[in-house]
Amino acid sequence: MTQPQTRPTAVAAPAPKPASAPRAVMTGAFLEVRNLSVKFPTDDGVVSAVNGMDFTLERGQTLGIVGESGSGKSVTSQALMGLLKGTSAQVTGEALFQGKDLVTLPEAGMRQLRGRNIGMIFQDPLSALHPFYTVGHQIAEAYLVHNKATKKQARAAAVDMLGRVGIPSPDMRFDEYPHHFSGGMRQRAMIAMALICEPELLIADEPTTALDVTVQAQILDLMSELQQETNSALILITHDLGVVAEVCDDVLVMYGGQCVESGPVDEIFYNTRHPYTLGLLNSMPTLTTGSGKLNPIPGQPPSLLALPQGCIFSARCEYAALAGDGVCESQRPQFTSEDGHGTRCHLSGPQILSIRNSR
Amino acid sequence: MIRFILRRTGSLFLLLVAVSFITFTLFQFGPADPASAACGQECTPERVQEARVALGMDQPFLVQYVEYMRGLFSSRMIGAPGAESLCQWPCLGKSFQTNENVSDIIARSLPYTFSMAIGALVLWTLSGVGLGLLAALRKGSATDKFIVGAASVGVSLPIPVTGLFLLLVFVNQFHLLPFTTNEINSPFGPQGPLAWVLNYLLPWIALAVLFSASYIRVTRTNMIETFGEDFIRTARAKGLAPRTVTFKHGVRAGITPVVTMLGMDIGLLLGGAVLTEQIFSVPGLGFTAVRAAVSGDLPVTMAITMLAAFFVIVANVVVDLAYAAIDPRVRLQ
Repeated sequence: MTQPQTRPTAVAAPAPKPASAPRAVMTGAFLEVRNLSVKFPTDDGVVSAVNGMDFTLERGQTLGIVGESGSGKSVTSQALMGLLKGTSAQVTGEALFQGKDLVTLPEAGMRQLRGRNIGMIFQDPLSALHPFYTVGHQIAEAYLVHNKATKKQARAAAVDMLGRVGIPSPDMRFDEYPHHFSGGMRQRAMIAMALICEPELLIADEPTTALDVTVQAQILDLMSELQQETNSALILITHDLGVVAEVCDDVLVMYGGQCVESGPVDEIFYNTRHPYTLGLLNSMPTLTTGSGKLNPIPGQPPSLLALPQGCIFSARCEYAALAGDGVCESQRPQFTSEDGHGTRCHLSGPQILSIRNSR
Repeated sequence: MIRFILRRTGSLFLLLVAVSFITFTLFQFGPADPASAACGQECTPERVQEARVALGMDQPFLVQYVEYMRGLFSSRMIGAPGAESLCQWPCLGKSFQTNENVSDIIARSLPYTFSMAIGALVLWTLSGVGLGLLAALRKGSATDKFIVGAASVGVSLPIPVTGLFLLLVFVNQFHLLPFTTNEINSPFGPQGPLAWVLNYLLPWIALAVLFSASYIRVTRTNMIETFGEDFIRTARAKGLAPRTVTFKHGVRAGITPVVTMLGMDIGLLLGGAVLTEQIFSVPGLGFTAVRAAVSGDLPVTMAITMLAAFFVIVANVVVDLAYAAIDPRVRLQ
């Protein structure tokens, strides 16, 4: 995997987009998420999976959402897709997609958008593809829901798409079942299915996690390529910082259902402002530091049933004492941003800088 | 696919041979002595011996078995030497009680059993799968709880209770339906299909109440599991209509255990629904089997046992073929 240090300069991020601040309302943003929260009532209490997410995304841009398991990454994407409608989940806030609020849009309207305007790629292509239908049939089906076309036209479109995602002899492969495909091929087929209607927004939920490393790079390249062809926006959900460094323009770091840091990818990697992000970067194995040991962030993520009153990360934060007065334990920090780089931390800029330099 | 069918049919044949041999052995070494039962009131050892010879039971066991099996493929002579009579193919022997060809007895009983099985099957499959699916779609709701509760009640009600209750209410009290008659055993008879339906409606309901309960539970559990699968989420993410997601993507994947159950139950039911046939006085295979067993009529009991085994085995092969049709992963290359 490409290390952040060796990464070529990212495509310059456009004008700073404060990832939070409602004050900087950008009317007509392609996708604008404001104060998005998702709660699941369970027998043990209410699970607060996502707590007030804010971000915007423009066409042609790639936003990476990173965080460890259970940080609310996938739930955020499912809320955007409207896949939580009809379940017990309570979704609040706003998610304006080309002016339409995905949170309040009824299921029927949402269905028009799904597949056509918003495509989704899932983590495990074997379980995400239906085992009883041919790969081609499943792709053609996605085409047929949103296009007035004959089965023959849908087949032609699907075969063309299979070819575009790099599947050899697509016309033959059309009639094969998912279990005939290799892991990488399956993910290519998933991508073909998600892109067949050329959606403007593509959400990829850990698209490379179930694949081996050589295939990962191919799939990422493929996604970037197709994104450039259609000038679509991409939300890439992952816990792999190497992947983020490779393809994202902006990064949003999630912890305990909150955005703890967001900004352009270079800022996040080289001008890190949140101790959690620092911990994530520090826990990545490198080839240069030869200690042979991994540096995990100590402790466990907080229970989403009872989030701490103060900073959600305080219990695991090595630097909580620096902020003084136990403010980290008693008060939840506000999300503040500067030049499009936002963070949710009580520590001052100089404090963070000295921590960063001390590493 | 053709090789798959051939292989299954081959194993079906071997299984039938094994089942017939075991059944034959069981009856051979069982406590009943058909010869002394057949010789009647004034029995002397000589008379018993005569009867034994007449029934062919003086022969060694294996000879008897081969002779019996030969009847399945051709006509054969039956009876004591000098007093033989022709037993037409398919020969399953003659009844000790009535001296009738067993194949005739079975041919007479089968239409009743088929009539009972077919209607009950349709009724319980539709209600069981339908209600189970509804409960799964409305998981946790009052509808779900009601259906699951009703299923628990249904499965705990024995046939004599539901059967007699239905008879009491619909026939005795309110005269809504006629009492079951033996004159109707086919929808294509002179009385027409409606009379056939009305005649068998109560036994169908009684069987359906018992069977659909487990179908509701199996369908519900499997559908809930299937609706949680990733590929259902994919189907929704494509923007498919809920109906397509539920039926095309959900039911086809979640229904396989129900197909298995269905195969087994059809097989069992075609072997005769003993209790139901007794209660509604339907002279089907179950009814005949009970009478034959009580009177020690070995050839009849033997034939019905083998027929029931045959139905179960065939049903299993059909289930396997259905599996291959539903699930491409089962198809052998």
